[in-house]
Amino acid sequence: MRIYVPRDAAARALGADAVARAVAAEAERRGLAVELVRNGTRGMIWLEPLLEVETAAGRTAFGPVSAADVPGLFDAGFGAHPLALGPVEAIPFFARQTRLTFARCGLTDPLSLAEYEANGGLAGLRRALGMDGRAIVDEVTGSGLRGRGGAGFPTGIKWATVLDAKADRKYVVCNADEGDSGTFADRMIMEGDPFVLIEGMVIAGIAVGADMGYLYVRSEYPDAIAAMQAAIAIARDAGLLGRSVLGSDRAFDMEVRVGAGAYVCGEETSLLNSLEGKRGVVRAKPPLPAIAGLFGKPTIINNVISLASVPVILEKGAAFYKDFGLGRSRGTIPLQIAGNVRYGGLFETAFGMTLGEIVEEIGGGTASGRPVKAVQVGGPLGAYMPVGKFDTPFGYEEFDGQGGLIGHAGIVVFDDTVDMMKMARFAMEFCAVESCGKCTPCRIGSVRGVETIDRIARGDAAGVEILTDLCDTMKDGSLCALGGFTPFPVMSALRHFPEDFSASHKEAAE
Amino acid sequence: MRPSQAAPTTEHIAAIIEEHLGREGPLLPMLHALQEAFGHVPQQAVPMIAEALNQTRAEVHGVVSFYHDFRAEPGGRHVLRLCRAEACQAMGGEAAAAETLARLGVDWHGTTADGRLTVEPVYCLGLCACGPSAMLDDVPLGRASPERVAALLEEAGA
Ligand SMILES: Cc1cc2nc3c(=O)[nH]c(=O)nc-3n(C[C@H](O)[C@H](O)[C@H](O)COP(=O)(O)O)c2cc1C
Ligand code: SF4
Ligand code: FES
Repeated sequence: MRIYVPRDAAARALGADAVARAVAAEAERRGLAVELVRNGTRGMIWLEPLLEVETAAGRTAFGPVSAADVPGLFDAGFGAHPLALGPVEAIPFFARQTRLTFARCGLTDPLSLAEYEANGGLAGLRRALGMDGRAIVDEVTGSGLRGRGGAGFPTGIKWATVLDAKADRKYVVCNADEGDSGTFADRMIMEGDPFVLIEGMVIAGIAVGADMGYLYVRSEYPDAIAAMQAAIAIARDAGLLGRSVLGSDRAFDMEVRVGAGAYVCGEETSLLNSLEGKRGVVRAKPPLPAIAGLFGKPTIINNVISLASVPVILEKGAAFYKDFGLGRSRGTIPLQIAGNVRYGGLFETAFGMTLGEIVEEIGGGTASGRPVKAVQVGGPLGAYMPVGKFDTPFGYEEFDGQGGLIGHAGIVVFDDTVDMMKMARFAMEFCAVESCGKCTPCRIGSVRGVETIDRIARGDAAGVEILTDLCDTMKDGSLCALGGFTPFPVMSALRHFPEDFSASHKEAAE
Repeated sequence: MRPSQAAPTTEHIAAIIEEHLGREGPLLPMLHALQEAFGHVPQQAVPMIAEALNQTRAEVHGVVSFYHDFRAEPGGRHVLRLCRAEACQAMGGEAAAAETLARLGVDWHGTTADGRLTVEPVYCLGLCACGPSAMLDDVPLGRASPERVAALLEEAGA
């Protein structure tokens, strides 16, 4: 009997380790031969720990399971039981998805290269090894893939610049700093299907002629760091990494580097400085990292999901990937539905669903059962969207047109108890804490922003105009999006929820 | 990150520096290794690193102080991180954190009187669909009510 209990940090955070121990103990007590697999998560976090059993009819699920439930599940022969959810892939939240990047996440043993290959892994790389660099880059360009780290820059165009740059050394850097609140797609794929990221980085390397890759992972992700280190060691032993990638004449190796708790190090040039052992201060552009990046060499720097989407593009072709999506947002996007929401988790789908469908239908509304008041999309630099904007389709241009951004596709739901002035203050405070210090509008402006909001809270209505001016200055005078986009959450809160910006609203609410 | 309490010696520091010297961009891996060994980055390591990397002390100190992770002083034997970011706030994280701090009798960045535990704020642990979130050393905790945090601390002897 094969039983799956996820090893994902979110599943562990809800007791998966205790469930796994209970399964092993119970099997032993009953003298049953059970093969326990610690898979990645399927992404339905409200059902975690989600236990799956392999049956003749496929995998059936039970959840959320606690250690105390385990003997009862054995008694029931993993059949009829109050926690039974039926075939895992028929659960509506899962069945409605289009899983391209996350096809194997939750399905396989994350550290089994054999299972990875048996489920489509390495097919993209094998095809790429038969192509020249230009053809690989053209395939990525043709897929319409845009950077999933936030800025949405076309990935193939970035790669072409690195391909055309002449240098003795080039690098591939993967940005796994994933600092945005409400996001966990990078973490989930690193813990649940690490080989897909390795494969994507190898393809990037052979495409542009880089033989070294760095994966910069935030220190807040110890499980992802361990999973990637283990997977890299396995890949090296299997000849997927090293002097001769899969027996070819191409070399590529990679290494994990751990961040040190600075949000701004997710910004690509700050990240490069950090990798070089410097303060994580943002660099002025130009030069672009594609021309002069890590140690001054031409460097591809991409988000985890951008790189992890490359293998399926190479495997199935640019046209296949491009066929999904809306407008200039092609392919699929792993939505991360979080905060005060009933069905929280990762939902991979083609671009184009409306925000309302995502929050109300897929997410099931709030966890508290109270009305939704605001949804922050795109992390701490993303706008607060009111319910009135729920008809906005999920796409780069579509959100931009509504004064928002999709960022790394984190969607954080708040119910009607949220105080939007407090959230605006938090955005300014976060910017002040995390500013790299290079530009005055960001470093000083954010501190002034906190003070000004405190003035408004004390009843000084003139503060609203000062805050608006301050946001304009930050927008125009900041080198990077930390200072430049903090006005998004602040001004969207002010614009859509002006009633929260006064001294009296607090008492009125109580 | 599991802080240990080994007392830093010159030999031990030198050995750690030496171990990472051959790498590209060795400074962050070095600082992480020092903190892993001693629970903080000892002051006496700064001039040693500066010399090994041919940098000024001010440059090395500048890097150490830039990053939130690196501590200049030893912390508690365990570190509890409580998430203060938006998705956890949406689930009542601020009130839960305030109560946990009150129960422990410390403020943010503070260490309990018995030296057992330091509490640090963190901005997102990637556990945003089961918030509010916490992490004790490397052990993640979802739906981190003060009761669940207390149970985890007790289980870990922290
Ligand atoms: C303050 C700040 C933080 C950022 N954090 C991240 C991050 O954690 N992960 C990420 O992939 N990109 C982040 N970015 C975007 C990167 O600068 C860059 O656009 C991205 O790594 C490029 O990869 P992509 O084209 O694949 O998205 C951040 C940008 C800013 C301004
Ligand atoms: S906007 Fe802020 S974080 Fe960005 S470069 Fe300027 S000071 Fe640094
Ligand atoms: S916001 Fe708290 S874990 Fe992500």
